[in-house]
Amino acid sequence: MSKHANLERRRQAIYGWLLLTPAAILLSTFAFYPSLATLFSSLFSRGTRRNPAEFVGGENYSDLFADPTFWLVVKNNLFYAGITIPVSIFIALAMALWANSKISARGFVRTAYFTPTVLPMIAAANLWLFFYTPGLGVLDQIGALFGLPSVNWLGQPETALWAIIIVTIWKEAGFFMIFYLAALQTIPADLKEAADIEGASRWTYTRRIVLPLLMPTTLFIMVNAMINSVKLIDHLFILTKGGPSDASKLILYYIWEMAFAFFDAPHAAAMTIMVLLVLGIVAAIQFFYIDKRTHYQ
Amino acid sequence: MGFSKTTGAILSGATAIGLSLSAAAKAETELTMYYPIAVGGALTEVVDGIVADFEVANPDIKVNAIYSGNYDDTRVRALSALNSGEPAQLAVMFSIDAYDLIEQDIIVPFDDVVTSDADKAWLNGFYPALMANGQIEGKTWGIPFQRSTIVAYYNKDMFRDAGLDPEKAPTTWDEMISMGKALTKGDTYGIMIPSTGYPYWMFQALAIQNGKELMAGDGLTTYFDDPKVVETLEFWQSLSTEHDIMPTGTVEWGTLRQAFLEGQTAMMWHSTGNLTAVKKNASFDFGVAMLPGNERLGSPTGGGNFYLFKDTTDEEKEAAMKLIQFMTSPEQAAAWSIATGYMGVSPAAYETEALKSYTAEFPPALVARNQLEHAVAEFSTFETARVRDGLNNAIQSALTGAKSAQDALSEAQASAKRLLAAYQ
Amino acid sequence: MSRLTPYLDSFGAILLAVIWIAPLLFAFWAAFHSTSDAVNFTLLSPWTLDNFRTAWEGAPWLQYFLNTFLLVTVVLIGQFILTTLAGFAFAQVKFPGRDVVFILVLLQLFILPEVLIVENYAMISRLGLFDTIVGVGMPYMASAFGIFLMRQAFKSVPIELHEAARIEGCSWFGILIRVYVPLAKPTYLAYALVSVSTHWNNFLWPLIVTNSPDTRPLTVGLSIFGAPENGVDISVISAATLMSIAPLLIAFLVFQRQFVQAFLRAGIK
Repeated sequence: MSKHANLERRRQAIYGWLLLTPAAILLSTFAFYPSLATLFSSLFSRGTRRNPAEFVGGENYSDLFADPTFWLVVKNNLFYAGITIPVSIFIALAMALWANSKISARGFVRTAYFTPTVLPMIAAANLWLFFYTPGLGVLDQIGALFGLPSVNWLGQPETALWAIIIVTIWKEAGFFMIFYLAALQTIPADLKEAADIEGASRWTYTRRIVLPLLMPTTLFIMVNAMINSVKLIDHLFILTKGGPSDASKLILYYIWEMAFAFFDAPHAAAMTIMVLLVLGIVAAIQFFYIDKRTHYQ
Repeated sequence: MGFSKTTGAILSGATAIGLSLSAAAKAETELTMYYPIAVGGALTEVVDGIVADFEVANPDIKVNAIYSGNYDDTRVRALSALNSGEPAQLAVMFSIDAYDLIEQDIIVPFDDVVTSDADKAWLNGFYPALMANGQIEGKTWGIPFQRSTIVAYYNKDMFRDAGLDPEKAPTTWDEMISMGKALTKGDTYGIMIPSTGYPYWMFQALAIQNGKELMAGDGLTTYFDDPKVVETLEFWQSLSTEHDIMPTGTVEWGTLRQAFLEGQTAMMWHSTGNLTAVKKNASFDFGVAMLPGNERLGSPTGGGNFYLFKDTTDEEKEAAMKLIQFMTSPEQAAAWSIATGYMGVSPAAYETEALKSYTAEFPPALVARNQLEHAVAEFSTFETARVRDGLNNAIQSALTGAKSAQDALSEAQASAKRLLAAYQ
Repeated sequence: MSRLTPYLDSFGAILLAVIWIAPLLFAFWAAFHSTSDAVNFTLLSPWTLDNFRTAWEGAPWLQYFLNTFLLVTVVLIGQFILTTLAGFAFAQVKFPGRDVVFILVLLQLFILPEVLIVENYAMISRLGLFDTIVGVGMPYMASAFGIFLMRQAFKSVPIELHEAARIEGCSWFGILIRVYVPLAKPTYLAYALVSVSTHWNNFLWPLIVTNSPDTRPLTVGLSIFGAPENGVDISVISAATLMSIAPLLIAFLVFQRQFVQAFLRAGIK
């Protein structure tokens, strides 16, 4: 019997690893190995005809720290995250509360909120280009109705990043709404009844009962939003290319530019490592803090 | 490059084997050419047409012409292909990429492939001003193809309405301002000089006109913080801040032509490569003139050159040379110039019947060529993309009012110095 | 006050909804009008299909559509196979090191393929897959997210069914195919919808590893087509944009409920 169990255990182990092999190979090839290779290449200088590549230790990192553009880009990205995360979560919550209440045209409202989610970021950027173009664009035309001067939304350092942020929020909010909507539908109806009997106002009910119950969802959305604030940069390629004077440049765009436009892979690698570190911290928060509440089954 | 050298070698070896096998099988040479388009219009069709003509004339050569976006995109695409061992034998890329392409050791000088006397004569047949950007360290690395200078387009109808002589575009900065003021009214600006996309190009034109170059000929020295250069940027700023004849903030390169065609501005500075598109779409009478001068007249040349990649077989080099010679031959250059507005790259092109009769009927097509005698090489250094980026940012921050011209240019100069230090 | 609230709610909700689809509506309007009518908002101007004609002729869209279609198909097939096998291993097979490996897999949720573009590009080049559709799809096939999702789905399969199949003499693989896969159908559907819409919309990575019209997906084609240097005007860009989002958008409007369910199933838990 125990011999049989032993055999069975060994069989399971072999099966397990066999089943995992294809995924493990690809994950190693496109996630783990590249991460290590990035770390490695961030420690070497770029080879050119005059100066062959050599080990330089932390020099690429200190170059970046001395590069004002790098700090500007970091600042931009923090600002981008700092605005898009709370605002899109707030709008998503409002959308979900509305889409879950008894209002007229609810089907239309839900569809309208969710539609941007299925569009490519590139297409979204094209749509918004029509809004932002100075003189010809929708925003300027609306402004002109009220006698406002033409504004070059994408061409001014003060507004370019905001223009980018608005597109991101527009794209994200509907997606996050879905998660809130699902969570709202799991709240038992008798809680609402009980609150009504107690004479609690709608605001009190929302604040004291709904929001706390939505907390795990909010945290889940927040992690997603944080990842997106690194990842969502496609619209930069259409709208601003990071300009004017780097005012709307985000870190992943800068990595791309460094590696593929300036052909400076080592500095791009150094930046990549820093981004991975930040994502690692987000991951740690997810694993050790949030998972305690919304546990994986 | 940062990517592993050995891998590159193995891959290029593998590619070479692959290519020679397929060449043997098909008994024809296959060329892959990347090319950009930087101005409006369905120019891909024009290029495809030329390539098709070439293939008819040379049935043993097959050409894959790949349109790959603007100049920056094309450099990215071509170099990614080379780094991945994808075949690419030639490309049309920015004339000013030459330093970096040499530094990365991926192109060969044409002197190495041009051996016969006829070929040498061909090489000497181009306008010298257009060869300037491609001649480095005593060798020729680029052959002019889609080349331009900046010209001033103006709306003659608006000139008439403003009581100006429609046949006289401004020839000096002062005239430009006074005419600009007469032309600015309501929704219409007097002039727009684009400041996205290629701001350094426009700025270089202004700086030349103000009597100062932006760089030395060695690719190592820039003069961004020279008082004359700072003065130039202040002049550009003053067009909107002081004289109110240009919109504040930046002016979009890509949509400027449309703005001009919609009557939002009476004058625009733009590449001559836009000429045919403007001609086709203008609903009003328009003129084309050389840029005005201050201390002197001037415009940088601009545009794309043919480059030949190092990692190619002799057969491919030979085929590529045939293609380049075909595309720059007087007849093709004339047809290309008529289709786009780009310059005919050699004096011989302007001697062809086609271009002669075209320019007789449409004289604006000669303006860019005539301006060549005042033209200088386009801004180019080592590490050119990044140095240029710094200059672009400086220009944009000054025009948007984020920084003073002096501060912006001093910063750009400092960062250019830092970037170029490695090459001194 | 309290009687007004529902109306205020409806008003707010609908106003936000209108704002939210306005960009799409304007693009729709611009695409069907001549450029100058579109930018001047001439409300009664005639409708036209010219922009679509110009856009269609301006780029090999059919090829782009085909490329995108092939790409999402290749990715999806790869994902189904890999995540099914790995998900099953994590859910129902006991082997040493399972939990450690699972944490490693979850870690990949945070090592975004987008961030590793430089090294992944080098890797794809090394494998000779540059400028191929497989090369575009490969880094996404072993999706940690998909593995996690499948593991959850397989875990919820009652163990009795597993035992019953085993007693009937089914092999491990047979049990997986005959018992687990059919029961996880809703998860597959959900995952498919999420995966298809993600990869239909993906841009940065395809931009880097495709180089020719033969492999370029729609998003990259659209970005090149709309580049300002190409000099196309806003109406034509709108037409091209609508054209390229049409299949997914129509599919979404028709199967809206399934889409929403899919995103929920994929995201929650």
